[in-house]
Amino acid sequence: MKLTLKIWKQQDAHSKGKFVTYSLDSISPNCSFLEMLDILNEQLIRKNEEPVAFDHDCREGICGTCSLYINGRPHGPDDAITTCQLHMRKFKDGDTIIIEPWRAKPFPVVKDLIVDRAAFDKIIQEGGYISVNTGGAAEANQILVSKVNAELSMDAAACIGCGACVAACKNASAMLFVSAKVSHFALLPQGKIEAKDRVKKMVAMMDQLGFGNCTNTYACEAECPKLISRSNIARMNREFICAKVS
Amino acid sequence: MADLNAKIPSGPLTGKWTQYKNHQNLVNPANKRKLDVIIVGTGLAGASAAASLGEMGFNVKIFCYQDSPRRAHSIAAQGGINAAKNYPNDGDNIYRLFYDTIKGGDYRSRESNVYRLAEVSNNIIDQCVAQGVPFAREYGGSLENRSFGGAQVSRTFFARGQTGQQLLLGAYSALSRQLKMGTVKLFNRHEMLELVIVDGKARGIIARDLVTGKLERHFGHAVVIATGGYGNVFYLSTNAMGSNVSACWQVFKKGAWFANPCFTQIHPTCIPVHGDYQSKLTLMSESLRNDGRIWVPKNKEDAEKHRKGLIKAKDIREEDRDYYLERRYPAYGNLVPRDVASRAAKERCDAGYGVGSTGLAVFLDFEESIKRLGRHVIEERYGNLFQMYEKIVDENPYENPMMIYPAVHYTMGGIWVDYELMTTIPGLYALGEANYSDHGANRLGASALMQGLADGYFVLPYTIQNYLSGEIRIPRMSTDKNEFVEAENTVRERINKLMSVKGTKSVDHFHKELGKIMWEFVGMGRNEAGLKKAIELIRALRTEFWKDVRITGGIEELNPELEKASRVADFLEMGELLALDALNRNESCGGHFREEYQTNEGECLRNDQDFMYVAAWEFLKEGEFKLNKEPLKYEEIEVKQRIYK
Ligand SMILES: Cc1cc2nc3c(=O)[nH]c(=O)nc-3n(C[C@H](O)[C@H](O)[C@H](O)COP(=O)(O)OP(=O)(O)OC[C@H]3O[C@@H](n4cnc5c(N)ncnc54)[C@H](O)[C@@H]3O)c2cc1C
Ligand code: FES
Repeated sequence: MKLTLKIWKQQDAHSKGKFVTYSLDSISPNCSFLEMLDILNEQLIRKNEEPVAFDHDCREGICGTCSLYINGRPHGPDDAITTCQLHMRKFKDGDTIIIEPWRAKPFPVVKDLIVDRAAFDKIIQEGGYISVNTGGAAEANQILVSKVNAELSMDAAACIGCGACVAACKNASAMLFVSAKVSHFALLPQGKIEAKDRVKKMVAMMDQLGFGNCTNTYACEAECPKLISRSNIARMNREFICAKVS
Repeated sequence: MADLNAKIPSGPLTGKWTQYKNHQNLVNPANKRKLDVIIVGTGLAGASAAASLGEMGFNVKIFCYQDSPRRAHSIAAQGGINAAKNYPNDGDNIYRLFYDTIKGGDYRSRESNVYRLAEVSNNIIDQCVAQGVPFAREYGGSLENRSFGGAQVSRTFFARGQTGQQLLLGAYSALSRQLKMGTVKLFNRHEMLELVIVDGKARGIIARDLVTGKLERHFGHAVVIATGGYGNVFYLSTNAMGSNVSACWQVFKKGAWFANPCFTQIHPTCIPVHGDYQSKLTLMSESLRNDGRIWVPKNKEDAEKHRKGLIKAKDIREEDRDYYLERRYPAYGNLVPRDVASRAAKERCDAGYGVGSTGLAVFLDFEESIKRLGRHVIEERYGNLFQMYEKIVDENPYENPMMIYPAVHYTMGGIWVDYELMTTIPGLYALGEANYSDHGANRLGASALMQGLADGYFVLPYTIQNYLSGEIRIPRMSTDKNEFVEAENTVRERINKLMSVKGTKSVDHFHKELGKIMWEFVGMGRNEAGLKKAIELIRALRTEFWKDVRITGGIEELNPELEKASRVADFLEMGELLALDALNRNESCGGHFREEYQTNEGECLRNDQDFMYVAAWEFLKEGEFKLNKEPLKYEEIEVKQRIYK
C-alpha cells in the first residue's frame, strides 16, 4: 500500500505544533498501525531525521498507553479496539491518514503524539479504591457476589484508562472513565461504607482538573475500545445524587 | 564479599516461615517514618510492595517508565492466578501447590521459598477480593476456578481473560490510596539507570526523567528492584515493548548475582510470526487449552496443502488429525506444562506437519467444545481472546481453528535472592519476575501473578524490616555525596558515549539482529556448537553496535530512540550471559532443552548428579563472568523424572 501521512509534530509542551506530511510505500495490509509508524520512523532515522514520538507499550490492547487520533477518531476507523490493534487492512491503497494526539485541555501534549494523562491517576487517587490495608482480609468466600453483578462490575472494571472517551467528547468530559470506576465498586458489596465519599470526591477532582460536562452525545461510548457502556454514567449520576442528598 | 548464604530458616519445611516471622526484627512506627525505601517498578510486585510499605508507615519512592503505574506489563496477564484454596474440593492443598510448583520447575527451585509461596497464596486471594477485584463467580456467588497446565486440580482464579489487569488495578488502587496519603511518592516516566552503593550497601539510584531527559539522584535506606523479566532479549516476545533488563543488569554489574539466566519460558500458544516488520508476538492464554484441542494433520500432504492455501482445517477429516498432545501425554493431554507443549509443537513442525503459510503453526481447535458447551459459553470464557485473535489474523476462530506457535514469554532466571528476597548486595532486594526464586527451570501457568503479589504483599513487608531495623540510626543521606555524584557521572558518560557513536543503523536494527541470534541458537532447542556460535555472533554484534548505532534527537528531551538504545546496549551484554549459562548447563531441564541431552522419546534428560544447583553468575568485566553455585537440597520432596504421560 502507498500512503500519505499527515502527522502532528510538536517539540514539547511549550512549543507550537504543526502537521508534517510524509509518504510511505509498500506497506503490507497485515501490518499493524503502529508497525506502519515503526517503518516510517526507521526510514526517518535512515535519513537522519527525527522520528515521530508516540506512546505505546503492550501492543495488545490492554495497557491503555497507545493513544492516536486517526482521521478524526480516537484509535482510528475500526470499532472496539485500541490503536495498537488496528491493522492496515482497514485502510486503502493511496489513502491519506491524519494522525493527531488526544486533544483535551487536561491532557497537555508532551511531544508529537504523546500526551500527559496524569489527570486520570489524580482522579483515582481521590477515591478509586477500597480502603483496606494489606493483611487481615477475611476469607474470600465469606463475601458472596452474584454472578450477574460480578459480570457487570467486570464490564466496568475492564476500562484501560486510555482516555479515548475524553478525546472523543466535544466537551472533553471524563464521565465515562470516572463512572466506570465508580460502577466497578458500586456493583460489589465491598467498600460500600465509603461509596458516597468516593463518588463525591472523584467527581469534584474531575471538575477541578478541567474536564468538561457530559451533554449526552455519547461519543465516548461509541469510541471506547473496551465498549464501556454509557449506563455507567447513569449509575454514577444516581450514586452522586444519593450521596449529595444524604 | 558476597556469598551464597540463602538464609533459610531452620526447622521443618512447613514451619519455616512462621519460625522466621516469630524471630525476625521489626521496626517501630516512629522509626518507620524516618526510613526511605526506593521501589523500582509498578507491576504486581512493585505496586503491592509500595502500597504495603506505605501503609506500614515507611517513606516510599516508586518509579516506572510508563506514564502511569497502572500500565506496567503485569496488566497484560490474561489467564489467572493460582491459590491452594481447594474451593472445588478436588483434593488441593498447600502441599500439593508446593509440590506441583517444584515438579513443574523440574527440580531446580528452592524448597523453602516455594513452600512459603504456596503458604501465602490463599492470603492473596483474600486480599484481592477485599480490594474489589471482580473475580469470576459461580451462580451461588462464590469464587469460580479453572484448571491450568501442569496441575490436576482446578486452582486458578480469574477475571475473564484480564486477570493481570484486574489484579494490577487492585494493587494500583492500593498504591493510589498511599499516594494520596503521601506515604508513597510516584516518579512516572522515569527510568532507573544506575544503583548507588555507599559503604557496601544499596543506598539509592540514578534515574532519568524521560520527559526532560535530566538525570536525578534518589536516596533510599533500601532499594527494591521489581522491573519484570528480560524476555525482550529475543526481540520478539509476548512482553511489552518497553520491558527490559536494564535495572537488573545495572545492579548485576554493581555486584548482585544473576541466577539461571538460561531458564527462559517459551509459551506454546501464541499467534505465529507473519512478517519482517513484526514488533511483538501476542499470547493466546493458556486457559484456552482447557477447551481447545491441539492438532496437526496426520498426513504430510494435508499439511502441505494447507500451507499452500489449497485446503482449510475443516477439510481435514477427523481420522486424519493428530491430536499429538493427547496421544503422547494421555494423563495431562492438552494441559501438559508449557515447555512440554512448546517442544511438541516444534517437533511436529520440524517434522513437516506444520500448517499456515510459514509451516510454523499448529491448530488450536474449539469445534468440539462449542458443540458440547454451546458458543455462548466459549464466548463468555474467552470472548476477548477470540476478538483479539480475529483483529490480528483476520479470521474468525469460532469457525476456523486458531493457528498458534510457541513464543518467548517469561524468564524464570533473574537476580539471585536469598530467603528474604535480598540480593548479594546488602539492602538491595529483587521481587517478581526480576528475581530468580520460585519457578526453577519452568514456571507453571498462573504462578507468576501469585509470586509477584506474594513477594510484594506478604514477603517483603516482613523481611525488609529485618534489615531496616539495623538502619534506624542512619540518617537520610545527602545526594551530594561522592557516591551519588560518581554514579551520575557514570550514567552521563554512558549516554554521551551512545549519542556520540553517530553511526548509520537504527537501534531497532540491532535489537532485531540480536533477537534472530537468540531465537535461532538459544531458543527452544540449544546445542553446544550453536551456543558457542551465538556467543561469537553476539560479541560481534555488540562491537558493531558501539561503532555504528544511530540515535537521533538530543539528550535533554523526550527521546524514545535513546531510551531504546540504552536498553538494547544492556541486552547485547545480557544475551551473552544467557548463552553462556545455557552452554554451561549440560543437561535438559524445564525450558532449557539441550539437544544433546534427551531421552529416546525426546523428553528432557536432567543431570541431577552434576547440575542440581542454581547457577549464580558474578560480573567481573564486560564479557567475563564467574560461576557460583547454590546447591539445591530436597528434604521434603523425592526428586523424580518429570512425567506427564
Ligand atoms: C501476555 C502475558 C500474559 C501473562 N499471563 C499470565 C497469567 O495468566 N498468569 C500468570 O501468573 N502470569 C502471567 N504472565 C506473567 C506475569 O504477567 C508477569 O510475570 C508478571 O506480571 C511480572 O510482574 P512484575 O511486577 O514482576 O513486573 P512487570 O509487571 O513487568 O513490571 C515492571 C515494572 O518495572 C518498571 N521498569 C522496568 N524497567 C525499569 C527501569 N529501568 N526503570 C524504572 N522502571 C522500570 C516498569 O515501568 C513496570 O512498572 C503473563 C505475561 C505476559 C507477557
Ligand atoms: S499499546 Fe497497550 S493498549 Fe495499545
